[in-house]
Amino acid sequence: MSGVLSNRWLLALAVLAVLLVAQVLLPPYHHTNFARIMVLASFAIGYNIAFGYTGLLSLGHAMFFAAGIYAAGLGAQELGLSMPAALAFGALGGLVLALAVGLIALRTSGVAFLIVTLMFAQAVFLTTLYFNEVTKGDEGFVIAEALRRIEIGGAELKLSDPTVRYNVALALFALCYLASIALLHSPVGRVLVAVRENEQRTRMLGYNTFGYKLLAMVISGTISGLAGAAYALLFAYVGSTFASTQYSIYALLWVLLGGLGTTLGPLIGTGLMSYLVDFASDVTSSYLIVVGVVLVVLVLAFPKGVVGTAIERWGRLRS
Amino acid sequence: MSLLRTEALSKRFGGLEAVRNVDLELPAGEIRAVIGPNGAGKTTLVSVISGRLEPTAGRIFFKDRDITGLSAWQRARAGIVYTFQITSVFPKLSCHDNLALAIQRRRMTGLAGRLREDPAALRAEVEAALARVGLAEDIDRTAAELPYGHQRLLEVALGLALSPELLIMDEPTQGLSNAEIARFCDLVRGIASEVTVLLIEHNMPVVMDLAERITVVERGAVLAEGTPAEIRADAAVQRAYLGT
Ligand SMILES: Nc1ncnc2c1ncn2[C@@H]1O[C@H](COP(=O)(O)OP(=O)(O)O)[C@@H](O)[C@H]1O
Ligand SMILES: [Mg+2]
Repeated sequence: MSGVLSNRWLLALAVLAVLLVAQVLLPPYHHTNFARIMVLASFAIGYNIAFGYTGLLSLGHAMFFAAGIYAAGLGAQELGLSMPAALAFGALGGLVLALAVGLIALRTSGVAFLIVTLMFAQAVFLTTLYFNEVTKGDEGFVIAEALRRIEIGGAELKLSDPTVRYNVALALFALCYLASIALLHSPVGRVLVAVRENEQRTRMLGYNTFGYKLLAMVISGTISGLAGAAYALLFAYVGSTFASTQYSIYALLWVLLGGLGTTLGPLIGTGLMSYLVDFASDVTSSYLIVVGVVLVVLVLAFPKGVVGTAIERWGRLRS
Repeated sequence: MSLLRTEALSKRFGGLEAVRNVDLELPAGEIRAVIGPNGAGKTTLVSVISGRLEPTAGRIFFKDRDITGLSAWQRARAGIVYTFQITSVFPKLSCHDNLALAIQRRRMTGLAGRLREDPAALRAEVEAALARVGLAEDIDRTAAELPYGHQRLLEVALGLALSPELLIMDEPTQGLSNAEIARFCDLVRGIASEVTVLLIEHNMPVVMDLAERITVVERGAVLAEGTPAEIRADAAVQRAYLGT
């Protein structure tokens, strides 16, 4: 047992070590790409906790990501919050929204849940457009360079500096990644998986399944909000696109591609998809067709996602 | 003192009254069998008792406390445990994780208890719980890999692992081999000193062997109640159910 346990954490540390070392090897373009992927993968980790672990198929997670983006962006720009405070404010934004949406949407399940989350996200998206005097709507706004600084013991770190940006993204990803592993392998994580596998049975074992689903939504929304906040602060842009359905679908695709319910899946899925889009748009202007075809092929070749299928073929890393 | 008592319990599905005015009283420590033809309402009755279904009318008392308004998970916590007629385990999870779910619940107090566990200690407890039904060897297999009869036993093990005060089992021996049935009967006799058992069972030798009292249900209502000998001798029961 202890062998399995250390394997799990060794793999995680190896992944983080690779990401740490990669920054000195990567050319500038990929350096920025990796930083972006790590932030988006954190969002995917949040989504994975709801859908992958607990089986809550939401099609509205963009609203939690956007809640983080706007809370952090407006918090920094309008309220003068420091960078760490803006980050925390973003996570809080995701938390509060997930709690409110969860209390209502979790009264439904299955397709109805999917539709209710979609509608809520649409409402949030329209809200960002409606209040365009504050949010600048579709166009969005850029967070002033002067605000994006962290003071640590007299030294000043600029978030616009590529090295700082990469390492903040890495720290965020490491936090979310390690937390998601710890959660999945805790007693609570076991209950979340049980809810996914057989909710009625879980209830008859004495678990308040509604409470656990709400907990999963709240953790998921908080991580998504945190990721959104980091995205806004690191890449300096806040706009309503991030609240659009497209980003909810992205989260779903990243997680499916990487491997539903696996802890490494979100990173692999986000990375693959990001480079796929990149590559395809270099080759042709109708790159979405290429992306679509490759996605179909990948899903056929890896029905449980890249990581999920690898685990099935080459031993159970999760057991 | 009665452990469980129902008062005029009824459950209606549209036009069908599946349970009609049932007054049931179950003393602590008893093994009670519920028998009756298919469709008599036995599963519906115990589903209402366990909280899986809401009654249309009537009240349920557990240890003299009215539990009619409690949800299923609260009743499970109070000590009423239900094992399903249609096997309902976690097919994709290992037998270890199936049992761990039942065992870990009472340890999940405080933040530390919810987020951390001692894998070795848990595994030892899971192994012991599986051994009670003869499945210790299968600890690392997924539940779906087990043959049907063994999934039934896993279901029983899940119920037992919750340390119930009232254990409701809905046709637990369905699909078991004779040897497994014998083992199951030993198991039930073994726990009967601590646990009150409400057993729905079609297999008459098992009923006659285990039950201290028998309740006969027909068309949703209680037709007769008594010791195995009394029930065997009851003419109405013979006509309605035993078919002689
Ligand atoms: N969920 C349900 N909806 C409608 N009718 C049901 C439902 N469950 C059971 N019934 C009906 O209620 C009656 C009693 O069923 P049940 O309690 O399963 O009987 P038993 O367990 O004694 O075989 C049957 O006629 C059955 O068709
Ligand atoms: Mg039945």
